[in-house]
Amino acid sequence: MTDAVSNSSALNRTDGALAHFIYVLKSNPVTMLAFAMFAVLIAVGILGPAIAPYDPLASNAARALEPPSWQHWFGTDNLGRDVFSRVIVATRLDLAISVAAVALSFVVGSLLGSIAGYWGGWLDAVLNRVFDTIMAFPLFVLAMGIVAALGNTVENIVYATAVINIPFYARLVRAEVNIRREAGFAQAAKLSGNSDIRVLALHIFPNALPPMMVQVSLNLGWAMLNAAGLSFIGLGVRPPTAEWGIMVAEGANFIVSGEWWLAFFPGLALMFAVFTFNLLGDGLRDIVDPRQRS
Amino acid sequence: MSLLSIKDLKVSFKTRRGVVQAVRGISLEVGKGEIVGIVGESGSGKSVTSYALMRLLDRGGTISGGDLAYGGIDLKAARESTMRDLRGREISMIFQNPRAALNPIRKVGHQIEDVLRRHAKATRWTARAEAIKAMEAVRIADAGKRYDAYPFELSGGMCQRVVIAIALACDPRLLIADEPTTGLDITTQKAVMDLIADLITERGMSALVITHDLGLAAQYCKRIVVMKDGEIVEEGPSARIFAAPRHDYTRKLVDATPRAGVSVRDLLLPDQRTALPALPKAEAPLLQVNNLCKTFQGKSGPVHAVRDISFSVKKGQSVGLVGESGCGKSTTSSILVRLADPTSGEILFNGEDLAKIPARSFAGDPRRAAIQMVFQDATDSFNPRHTARHSIAEPLARLARLSRKERRQRVGELADLVGLPQTLLDRFPHQLSGGQKARVGIARAIALDPEFLILDEPTAALDVSIQAIVLNLLVDLRARLGISYLFVSHDLHVVRLLCDEVIVMKDGQIVERGASDEVMTDPAHPYTRTLLSAAPQPPTLISSAVRATE
Repeated sequence: MTDAVSNSSALNRTDGALAHFIYVLKSNPVTMLAFAMFAVLIAVGILGPAIAPYDPLASNAARALEPPSWQHWFGTDNLGRDVFSRVIVATRLDLAISVAAVALSFVVGSLLGSIAGYWGGWLDAVLNRVFDTIMAFPLFVLAMGIVAALGNTVENIVYATAVINIPFYARLVRAEVNIRREAGFAQAAKLSGNSDIRVLALHIFPNALPPMMVQVSLNLGWAMLNAAGLSFIGLGVRPPTAEWGIMVAEGANFIVSGEWWLAFFPGLALMFAVFTFNLLGDGLRDIVDPRQRS
Repeated sequence: MSLLSIKDLKVSFKTRRGVVQAVRGISLEVGKGEIVGIVGESGSGKSVTSYALMRLLDRGGTISGGDLAYGGIDLKAARESTMRDLRGREISMIFQNPRAALNPIRKVGHQIEDVLRRHAKATRWTARAEAIKAMEAVRIADAGKRYDAYPFELSGGMCQRVVIAIALACDPRLLIADEPTTGLDITTQKAVMDLIADLITERGMSALVITHDLGLAAQYCKRIVVMKDGEIVEEGPSARIFAAPRHDYTRKLVDATPRAGVSVRDLLLPDQRTALPALPKAEAPLLQVNNLCKTFQGKSGPVHAVRDISFSVKKGQSVGLVGESGCGKSTTSSILVRLADPTSGEILFNGEDLAKIPARSFAGDPRRAAIQMVFQDATDSFNPRHTARHSIAEPLARLARLSRKERRQRVGELADLVGLPQTLLDRFPHQLSGGQKARVGIARAIALDPEFLILDEPTAALDVSIQAIVLNLLVDLRARLGISYLFVSHDLHVVRLLCDEVIVMKDGQIVERGASDEVMTDPAHPYTRTLLSAAPQPPTLISSAVRATE
């Protein structure tokens, strides 16, 4: 009995969400690295303009196309703007686009997928065929079409990226909900007086979160690439706004003539961000999965 | 010269919390043609011992000491290629879950051929004929046709026969049966065990039967080894183990096994056997089921799961509902607890017909709190994301609308009532043992003081000693709170301990009902007689009263 008591007091200490978060970080160095990189991204995104050494939009024709130096770490572009400052300032926009797009597709996809998985029947059949139709298009081309049709704005990039991602979330949630629909704890929840919607929202859906977190994190990177890709081909964000996709697109013209830094550094930032999100997935899953607590 | 000899075997596992000793130095001999039973509760190391013999330990598990010899071969030092030759041909194994042991996407006939061809007992041209012969040997009727079946097309008992056919295809000399009948119906269990016993005698094999069921081991094995915490606590002839257990733990196991002629208190340790509480007198009717039917639309026409059953439960009464899988007892209980709708029929609860209210809107019905259920699989019935406290408090928050503080206090009371240490309330389901989860499940079900409680095999997954404690808890709660029970089970012996009346179901119909003692001693229907005779009969049982006076 004393054994059980000491066990559970040890348990209580590690029980808090923060303690569990720290435990997950400690137990897996890769997760620790991923969260550190993520923290850097967030910090740069928030502080952006404050820590940039130069005005990202200020051109200086006298110092155009200078290679990296102590004054301009990432060199200057064809208008003499500081590439380092532009890369830093662009972080906020790129993060915002991808987070907003992923959040939107997460919410809409979870909603539709939960409904399809829990109630099934004709609703399930119709929703699934709609998702199949969306997935049948080449996704990037579909996104291009949506942005071209809705208008060339940042919001529309977010919507387009969200729409093409919805089927992936909906499918995943549908499968996770479906296997738990008849689970004992769902029935027990009904016996406790929960309506169907409560059972779904408070009992079944939260159990689908661990695999969703992996999807979210991989998807963040993918959404960022997608947004950058749209900007790269001239849709969405317009010059002179600093955005990694446009910067790579603009810089690409100068690679042939040897000014590699214009495209290289924004590309590196993009890669860093996508890599971070890809690493983050497993760690996020461990954090939202109570079975990892012991 | 014994066929198998284990000397001071030690097996350890590397886990996140350091090295765990699963088997701590056991010694065991199995002679030629001998059937030895290893009995123990979960975590006793009995399965690990058998896996160690086959050198099939999970990753992280190692044989850390001792000797294993099989007919002169040192199993501990043997090379992996030697082991591959031995497995299946010399030593074979029957696994716990036959469905999981078979490959779901291959025909069962092909799976039997695999082992035959692996050990060169058949060629490509003779394999089919040999496989059918092996299936006939385990008495699979119409083996030629079953050869082409996939595992999902066969019943649990039939799958186990296929697994036995695979194990015996190459005439091994030693058979290891690891809980060969867990999850099978009691009549199927008897058929499968009789088959194994016959085949063993016919072929002069030796066998190691691993089971948690002392009664089963005693009926089929000549010698029994009792294990606890990785050690052998007692060894001896079956009859002696039952008649005069020497070790306290064996005595506890023997006592905890439900059997004829004892009360529920006799399952406990002698010093815990308090007098049975006075149970409420059953008078006024509480639940009246009239002409209940349930028909599912199956792919090959309608399936009549429940066919026109009627019965009643009085206030404070405990009624047992007994039957094998597929008899409709689970369908009946989920209709009564209003999770499913009947096709037709009445459910009069305190005189009002509940069948008129669809199951989907019953969650908001004022009578929801009055009818509750304890689920069969305790693990599955808890949200893995909720602590025990949260799970017990859920009905209090939803139906009783208690404040946070009141809930906390009530959960504490409930934990005390079911004997769950308060310190465990903040654990997640995966951090609780089977017995603790059973208590949490009962606490949740009685949180709202229900009038009617359905217990769906609440002890099926528990060890016998834990089962004894949970059954006693249920008896005490009934006496204290005056709840009526509908106890759903496949085991007549367990039902008798808890119920005044018993209903026997078969194929969706009630075949027999009556006072439980009468049904048990003088069954009227042949099916009830079959059920009773299929339960393992321990050799001789000296009642605990007699032993206590010794």
